[in-house]
Amino acid sequence: MSLLEVTDLRVSFPTADGVVQAVRGVSFSVENGRTLGIVGESGSGKTVLTQTLLGLTPGGEVEGKAVFDGTDLLSLRPDQLRRIRGAEIAVIFQDPLTSLHPLYKVGWQIVEMIRSHDRSVSKKQATERAVELLGRVGIPSPRQRVHDYPHQFSGGMRQRAMIAMALSLSPKLIIADEPTTALDATVQAQILDLLLRLQQESDTALIMITHDLGVIADIADDVLVMYAGKAAERASKHDIFYQPHHPYTKGLLESIPHSSAAGDRLRPITGQPPSLIRLPSGCAFHPRCAYVMDRCLTEQPRLAPVGDGDSHISACWLPVLATGLAPETEELRRQAVAQGRHAAAAKIAEAIAERPESEGSVIA
Amino acid sequence: MSVTSLEFQAHAAEAAPEEAIEGRSQWKLTWRRLLRDKMAIASIAVILVMVVLAIAAPLFVSLTGHGPEQAFTNSGTTSSGAPVPPGTHGFFLGTDYIGRDLMIRTLYGARISLFVGILTTAIATVAGVAVGLVAGYFGGWVDTVLARFIDTALAFPLIVLALALAAILGPSLAIVIAVISFFSWAGISRIVRGQTLSIKEKEYIEAARSLGAGPWRIMFIDILPNLLGPVLVLATLYIPTAVVFEATLSFLGLGIPPPTPSWGNILGEAQNYYSVAWWYVVFPAAALLVTTLAFNLLGDGIRDAMDPRTERIFAAGRKRRKNKPKAATEPGALPTLTVSELGE
Amino acid sequence: MSDTLRDAASPAPLEAAMEDDVLVRVDNLVKHFPVRGGGIIRRTVGQVQAVDGVSLVVRRGQTLGLVGETGSGKSTLARCVAGLIPVTSGKVTFEGRDITNLSRRAMRPFRREIQMIFQDPYGSLNPRRRVGAIIGDPFAVHKTASGAARKKAVQELMERVGLNPEHFNRFPAEFSGGQRQRIGVARALALRPKLIICDEPVSALDVSIQAQVLNLLADLQSDFGLSYLFIAHDLEVVRHVSNNVSVMYLGRIAESGPKNQVYDTARHPYTVALLSAAPAADPDAAAQRRRIILTGDVPSPINPPSGCRFHPRCPKAQELCSQQEPALEVKPGDPAMHQTACHFPVQAGETLARVAGRERR
Repeated sequence: MSLLEVTDLRVSFPTADGVVQAVRGVSFSVENGRTLGIVGESGSGKTVLTQTLLGLTPGGEVEGKAVFDGTDLLSLRPDQLRRIRGAEIAVIFQDPLTSLHPLYKVGWQIVEMIRSHDRSVSKKQATERAVELLGRVGIPSPRQRVHDYPHQFSGGMRQRAMIAMALSLSPKLIIADEPTTALDATVQAQILDLLLRLQQESDTALIMITHDLGVIADIADDVLVMYAGKAAERASKHDIFYQPHHPYTKGLLESIPHSSAAGDRLRPITGQPPSLIRLPSGCAFHPRCAYVMDRCLTEQPRLAPVGDGDSHISACWLPVLATGLAPETEELRRQAVAQGRHAAAAKIAEAIAERPESEGSVIA
Repeated sequence: MSVTSLEFQAHAAEAAPEEAIEGRSQWKLTWRRLLRDKMAIASIAVILVMVVLAIAAPLFVSLTGHGPEQAFTNSGTTSSGAPVPPGTHGFFLGTDYIGRDLMIRTLYGARISLFVGILTTAIATVAGVAVGLVAGYFGGWVDTVLARFIDTALAFPLIVLALALAAILGPSLAIVIAVISFFSWAGISRIVRGQTLSIKEKEYIEAARSLGAGPWRIMFIDILPNLLGPVLVLATLYIPTAVVFEATLSFLGLGIPPPTPSWGNILGEAQNYYSVAWWYVVFPAAALLVTTLAFNLLGDGIRDAMDPRTERIFAAGRKRRKNKPKAATEPGALPTLTVSELGE
Repeated sequence: MSDTLRDAASPAPLEAAMEDDVLVRVDNLVKHFPVRGGGIIRRTVGQVQAVDGVSLVVRRGQTLGLVGETGSGKSTLARCVAGLIPVTSGKVTFEGRDITNLSRRAMRPFRREIQMIFQDPYGSLNPRRRVGAIIGDPFAVHKTASGAARKKAVQELMERVGLNPEHFNRFPAEFSGGQRQRIGVARALALRPKLIICDEPVSALDVSIQAQVLNLLADLQSDFGLSYLFIAHDLEVVRHVSNNVSVMYLGRIAESGPKNQVYDTARHPYTVALLSAAPAADPDAAAQRRRIILTGDVPSPINPPSGCRFHPRCPKAQELCSQQEPALEVKPGDPAMHQTACHFPVQAGETLARVAGRERR
């Protein structure tokens, strides 16, 4: 029984320019003690996804189910959600400078968090707990630092304070939204290390949202790759990096220096992420896909298992066996594309090949 | 820390450059948003009406046969010498204490008010922007000197200045314009200086310097366009201040000299007659109020229109706008099929 | 800071040849920012020692990667080399000519040769100007082309960097982050400079767009014979683009040399820690790597530690390190170009203490 089970979540926003379809039917689950990495770039919907779970997206139209520990989060009233936020599910944001209140002492903020969920805890007890937490996350001299303001902490320390606050009520699930993007590499290493250690100590589930595949390689167990509001591929960490199926996943890997797939010359994915108001027909990735076929223009691929078992699924019309980075698999793809591509898809592939940033697409 | 539809709006615009509207400048966008603001449209309408009426004042003179300074002691005053109420003898808004047509005088007063308001603000804006820009950009001793200059002007007791000038030179339109401009430029200058200081730190200014651009080029080509928005709002909001200031000066006898009508001096005369002639106070005051209010609301409207964040989120049910396909396929874009709304 | 090439009494023939190759030389550059106290007089109460004695060399047609974290001073250094901020002491020479602290007028001709690309694609373009005007700025400032000729040149540039030339009249807000960065590149390229200083040009971009821009920069380098001073905090990106690398820590160079030397045989403990901390998008490599977790954060450049600035966080620090600043010099066994500033450099096969052991599932 998963701790969190999300089924077919859809979120859209009406705006002056049209309806923005931020999330278009995403399903995933998270178990206790495990880490799910959600990878996506701008506009993939990864942030909206998790914020919707906690009711942090006003003005959005939400459909689907999100069952956490037996309760459907999407059916709860705001006051019920508020009780869950912090106590059961905690969130760590990207920039602690803007998510910690600048005018209140850090210790006070933690104390308030504790006491707002349980009035019976005295200020003294709560402060003790705050000191303990700050120490646990590796802030030196916690007894003094508990009386400091956020601006008196350095970036890494602020993020640790944020983590301390997230842990204060011993949540079952922590959602970390790009927690280390603004930090230096050495500090990032410290924070990731801390998160993993804390997770192991308390068997907390962790959802890590990031665009940085390096962080995923480090810390995730399972990976969900999102593109334009939908899941492109979902697999274990090993499979995502060494046996990718979806061309987007493969493209991401090929465009990062020194990744599992990178060569001497980076092979970027051509084009830009699509507008969420006017999405392309069929598969949303098709205008940028080197393997585009006729089918991709008209039919949206469903998530289907590739490889063995259910654990690796991908939303792509390429054959199931075409997973991985080996030359033989490339040949398989080539064949499939040769058969499945005629006029319209050929024109698109040609246009992709002509774009300046395109690097000799595999199949033009 | 929640994601709102506004952020998605911004993102959607970013992510779809191929479909963006050609050359969508800040002004066009502001104008579009302004047109959606009912309050702003109402203010513009009121101001236009006021301007038209002011320009057409001579027309009203020929229609009624009453000049702005013509005293009709017979038909325009009662037997005891008091002003006649609105509607009597063809005086639509009544008369003043010597039987002059109040409506005509109010219309001519509008000419003065609008003229003074707009001219002084224009002078003040040009001077204020020039000084503020130079002070903010150069910094150092230039800024210190100019900033002190601005502070002095702001601290000046303006009524005393007006008084002194009126005493030496006799009250006149020129003095009014001079004093009000002197006051307004300093306020504008201070704000422009502040804006310049913050714009100066932006990376695109650094980029301009790295290209070798000199200070004057940077000030006028790079910084000034970014100032125009706030300056427009500021100027629009200074106009009513100038109008009221003129009215105050005239009310005190330091401004437009009688018999030339100005809302201020009409109200000044009306002080002694309000108990017997309510119209004498009400109509010029109403004109003043409406004008001032209209400019203020317009200023607010422009400011809101320039800042997209204050746009209200259109609730789901209320304004379900149909997806109009925006630009046609651009040359060089992919021959992709796009649909405006995905079912599923 | 000694510079081996300059100190040699009679440089060997190889080194003499390499001298001609030098496009930009930075000698012992120091940049301090005064910290003013409050009060009316606002006395200077301290100095932010942003750059504290940096020497480096950029060679023709090559890329020098400058790596460092927050507080390392790399951005300040870039701006000093570009002549955007005055230098406290030290020298910057371009093609042999001294360009340190020149007046704006004297610096002008050099501005055609030295250009800059900025980090923030949203902040580095004036939002109220059309893109064609922005890219055409260099032509306007240096009066090299006007009217139709300028427009043509601008459109050619746009095409060269992968933008649609018909979008000449659009505003920056109508472009995506990656495209805006291309606009910045086009602007920098306009006058065919010799050196482009890239200040974190891809850090703010999405991963797939980063690769596009990096490839573009590589293409332009080979087409136009450009030299780059490439500043970044992402080690993998720097490795990909650079020929030589310098690692900065708190205003000083910790280690510098040809890229493969520095990456494969790093000698400075900071470099080793940095390399081990950099996330690699490869789980097996990540698992194998023994990560050195440094304690604490980077100290403030206002009050840098005494002696070697890295000593409070260094796993190998000893008494000497807090007393004496190590010189940047070639360590025994290293090739002439690979210099390290450390009293106890990491030896081959040595593993640093305080390695984080982590149970992997």
